[in-house]
Amino acid sequence: MATKKSYNYDQYQVRKTKRWVNVVVTIVLVIWAVINLYPLYWMLAFSLKDNDQILVTNRFGLPKGLPSEWIWSNYKEAMNTGPIGKFFLNSIIITGATIILTTLAAMMASYAITRIRWRGSEAMNRIFMLGITIPIQASIIPVYLVVSKLQLINTPIALIIPYSAFALAMALLICTGFMTQIPKELDEAAYIDGCGRSKVFFTVILPLMKPAVATTAIYTFLQCWNELMFAQTFMTGLKSMTLPAGMAQLFGSHTTQWGPIGAALVIATFPTILFYVLFSRRIQDSFIAGAVKG
Amino acid sequence: MFGRGHFSLGRQSIMKRKKLDGITIFLFLLPALVLFIGILAAPLISSVVNSFYQYKGFGSKTWLGWDNYKRLFDKNQIPFWDSVVHAFILAGFSVFLQLPLALGLALLLGRGIKGERFLLSVNFLPVLISTVVIGQLWLKVFHPEGLVNSLLRVVGYLKEGDKNIQWLGDGQGKLLWACFIPMLWQYVGYHMLLMYAGVKSVPPELREAAKIDGATDWQVDRFVVIPSMKQILKVSVIFAVTGSLKSYDLIRIMATLQTKEASVPSTILMDYMTLRGEYGVASAVAVLLILLCFFFAILISAAFKERD
Repeated sequence: MATKKSYNYDQYQVRKTKRWVNVVVTIVLVIWAVINLYPLYWMLAFSLKDNDQILVTNRFGLPKGLPSEWIWSNYKEAMNTGPIGKFFLNSIIITGATIILTTLAAMMASYAITRIRWRGSEAMNRIFMLGITIPIQASIIPVYLVVSKLQLINTPIALIIPYSAFALAMALLICTGFMTQIPKELDEAAYIDGCGRSKVFFTVILPLMKPAVATTAIYTFLQCWNELMFAQTFMTGLKSMTLPAGMAQLFGSHTTQWGPIGAALVIATFPTILFYVLFSRRIQDSFIAGAVKG
Repeated sequence: MFGRGHFSLGRQSIMKRKKLDGITIFLFLLPALVLFIGILAAPLISSVVNSFYQYKGFGSKTWLGWDNYKRLFDKNQIPFWDSVVHAFILAGFSVFLQLPLALGLALLLGRGIKGERFLLSVNFLPVLISTVVIGQLWLKVFHPEGLVNSLLRVVGYLKEGDKNIQWLGDGQGKLLWACFIPMLWQYVGYHMLLMYAGVKSVPPELREAAKIDGATDWQVDRFVVIPSMKQILKVSVIFAVTGSLKSYDLIRIMATLQTKEASVPSTILMDYMTLRGEYGVASAVAVLLILLCFFFAILISAAFKERD
């Protein structure tokens, strides 16, 4: 091979990645991808089989035969085991309300912290940031005692408020990050035009914060859509349960037929996967934003 | 410039403006403050106070001093210490197995191969799937007649006539592993994504410069990429350790709250809170959990600073 004796740039040896290295790298990554996907595929497969196939005759793959011979009735049975539709609706309402409340509170607070100069704004921000390190377990007992005393068990509000509080710190982090990048001259121009603080917030700042809203919303969504601990404790009636709590409840009642369980799992997972396929880039970016700044 | 956004105001109007600003600041902070104080700060203090009382959720509280804590560390009363050990084991595996795996995958992915983005997306997918689903799925995987034993039969480890291995409760600690493996599996993609972002934030010129100097891909990763990822690695280690200490969902799905074999601090907390209604003991568990999380977050940050 060429040596580096000559200083002519063209003859400098740039180490090219060897082809077989790339092949090996790709193989390793594909194997890991299969390890990730296979259990999910296996789940989809057993949702379309009966116990005999799942446990004895055809344990690893999709059912044999034409799709019309697969046991689609598992899905019908899964839908009949409990109010899965209601679980979905509850989850959507609670998550939606949490996103709105969190985003609003975070936007307003980050406006007060980053756009208005006052003593203690830094300290205030730091206090809010403590929220990132406080585990959800820290407040479940006192909040539960208050919620049950106020007879709010089984009401959406019992989850919306705690979820918002726990999503707040990260939302604030994302929002302040975006807001400090908006040039101060914009506010100043608006003040000269005679706008007050609130008008500046609503007409100048908020419209510029759309990307932050998207990131905050996605992050908040992911934080509460799958939450189990609060949901199971605060939602005891089947009709008011969120999707994770409800599914956990349904599986608690022992079914020996695997097919319908698999079908229920697929039903619960499908919307998440769809959401991910549609917004994968955005979702990944919000996770990164949350972690890098945290 | 115009100072604070308004110009040539008289002294009086500046005072007025300041007062007005004070009100504005307060109103803008109000929703966040209410949430923070109501759900985080006040309950935190209340948990600390409750941990010194005997409290059944109704009636009066009885002052106990440190008794709740003493009970937690008395092996004959509450298996709290075991649960902490379990959480530490999980944290250890997370830091020394899951993170290196994630780092390796992120570095490989960051070298730029075909289908990079697709592979990243696929490997991140399990992070988003509900723990309830993951837990149920792995219950089936580890079921005596489930996927693992089936595979072992195909491979020939389990022979004709051998009994199926009872992964979910043979009383010898297999259950703990049956719970840990899906946890580790699920979050590799999460750390991989963060680290991938770190790998990609290395300027391409730096990579090229190193290669012109004759560095191999491996050397570029080792001496250029990894040192520049310190911040991300710190975040990952903190998340891995505190996440392990706080772990709950998957164990709740795969075992019952009172299964001693697979206890973690949070299952003990929920057991004493929801099943036994001993709020004092549960609060003590919560307080220790918070202290552990803070302690390790600070410790890890300090460890990373030291290496500067």
